[in-house]
Amino acid sequence: MPFGLLKYGLSSEYPAQQHFNPAADLKKHYDVVIIGAGGHGTGIAYHLAKYHGITNVAVLEKSYLGGGNTARNTAVIRSNYLTEEGVRFYRESVKLWQNLSNEFDYNVMLENRGQLTLAHSDAAVRSFRWRAEVNQHMGVRSELVDRQQIAELVPNLRMSEESRFPIMAGLWHADGATARHDAVVWGYARGACQRGVELHQLTEVQDVEITAGRVTAVLTNRGRVGCGAVVQAVAGASSVVANMAGIKLPIHSYPLQAMVTQPYKPLLTPHVSSPHVHVYVHQTSRGEFVIGGGSDPSPLYNTRATLEQRESLSAAALELFPFLAQARLLRQWAGTTDMTPDYSPIMGLSPVENYYLDAGWGTWGFKATPICGVSMAELVATQKVPDIIAPFALERFYRFEQINEAGATAASH
Amino acid sequence: MKILTCPLNGPRNMSEFTYGGEYHPTPDHADASAREWAEHVFFHHNTAGVVTEWWCHNASSYWFLAERNTLTDEVLRTFDCDQLYNQRIDFSAVTTPETRK
Repeated sequence: MPFGLLKYGLSSEYPAQQHFNPAADLKKHYDVVIIGAGGHGTGIAYHLAKYHGITNVAVLEKSYLGGGNTARNTAVIRSNYLTEEGVRFYRESVKLWQNLSNEFDYNVMLENRGQLTLAHSDAAVRSFRWRAEVNQHMGVRSELVDRQQIAELVPNLRMSEESRFPIMAGLWHADGATARHDAVVWGYARGACQRGVELHQLTEVQDVEITAGRVTAVLTNRGRVGCGAVVQAVAGASSVVANMAGIKLPIHSYPLQAMVTQPYKPLLTPHVSSPHVHVYVHQTSRGEFVIGGGSDPSPLYNTRATLEQRESLSAAALELFPFLAQARLLRQWAGTTDMTPDYSPIMGLSPVENYYLDAGWGTWGFKATPICGVSMAELVATQKVPDIIAPFALERFYRFEQINEAGATAASH
Repeated sequence: MKILTCPLNGPRNMSEFTYGGEYHPTPDHADASAREWAEHVFFHHNTAGVVTEWWCHNASSYWFLAERNTLTDEVLRTFDCDQLYNQRIDFSAVTTPETRK
């Protein structure tokens, strides 16, 4: 709307846009209670309200909207996974990302930058060939690229053969993208609240009431809330919340740290990641270089940043981009990631009949946000597990049918 | 640098150690079901608080146990595993997996 934009530009007042309902009292009963107001929780609420007509929904958040891993991830969107189940799932998510801004009329600033993963060993080249074949078979754009092509894609990358780990080849994923992570949760929350969903911040679920194998209520710091069904979407706190419902999960919570430099002029278009030197780097549209890597070496429920991780991330980033030696770091932070043994999520039914799990998102949750909203809402509304998430059932660990997702991490753990 | 006290090697830099997972009592090998084994191998309490867990001193390959607070990263104590594994296990009585469910 060019006239709207012009009018806005000439206006002297810029009122803040109302994204969601102001806090009201909790109702006594909701058809669905969603624990956790991140991208996943609000995405599920949005789809329940818009596509399934279920609007008596509360999203309960112990802190504030999108303040957990939705705010802390490094906003990498890609689908170049290795298992058939994984590729199918993330491929659908990447497709949904393309239309997300239109879906809820809110700009998520999606940028199709492409993603380049580097191989520094023969073994990595072999695994990239395998990944490229699986991806192409599944309709995902992945291809093996040589040193010449890498130098053209990323002119600033250190291609020296004298370096400690010379680059041998790369896996180029043209479908790789990034988006503004906060806008995703704001867009979903606004769309959900417009349709009657209630968002309650500073509302912590402290216990879950179960009668005859069914959830009947959640007990919060603001009182008891009766519910027809519960979905938990709480990332790093998955085990703690599931434990309230008597459910044990195959999850360990690890901190994952990242940092950003001061802004630079646009220098780097794609995401570049190196599982070998344990780092990935991309430049945001603001110009900051985002540097991330593997999880901390042991589990912890704490989002502190450490000097050890800053040193190792810096050393690894300098292997790839020596000019960053001059850069000043602006921020370093952590999120608590819920890591599963097979690097795949845990989605779907739980041992409690009307209690649904959206957990085990480790370091791969952001990119899955849209498909998660679609598929989990379908599950809650129809009580039938959609085919696309069936392989990720909690029960797989008891059947010894893990989805060993070696392509899950841009930097290996 | 954080310091961890290895029961064999004394106080050493944290970077010399590898985390080895939560300590779970091993199921009874004679009659544990496949489900119990799956739970033992894959599932974790993942407690936010004090946990008992395995650590290994890399250079000496020495495995031991530690009590650590997973909210503060504070290590309360470290100890040898013979404090928990103090009985001989007799493997001769094992039945075949097909006979159990």
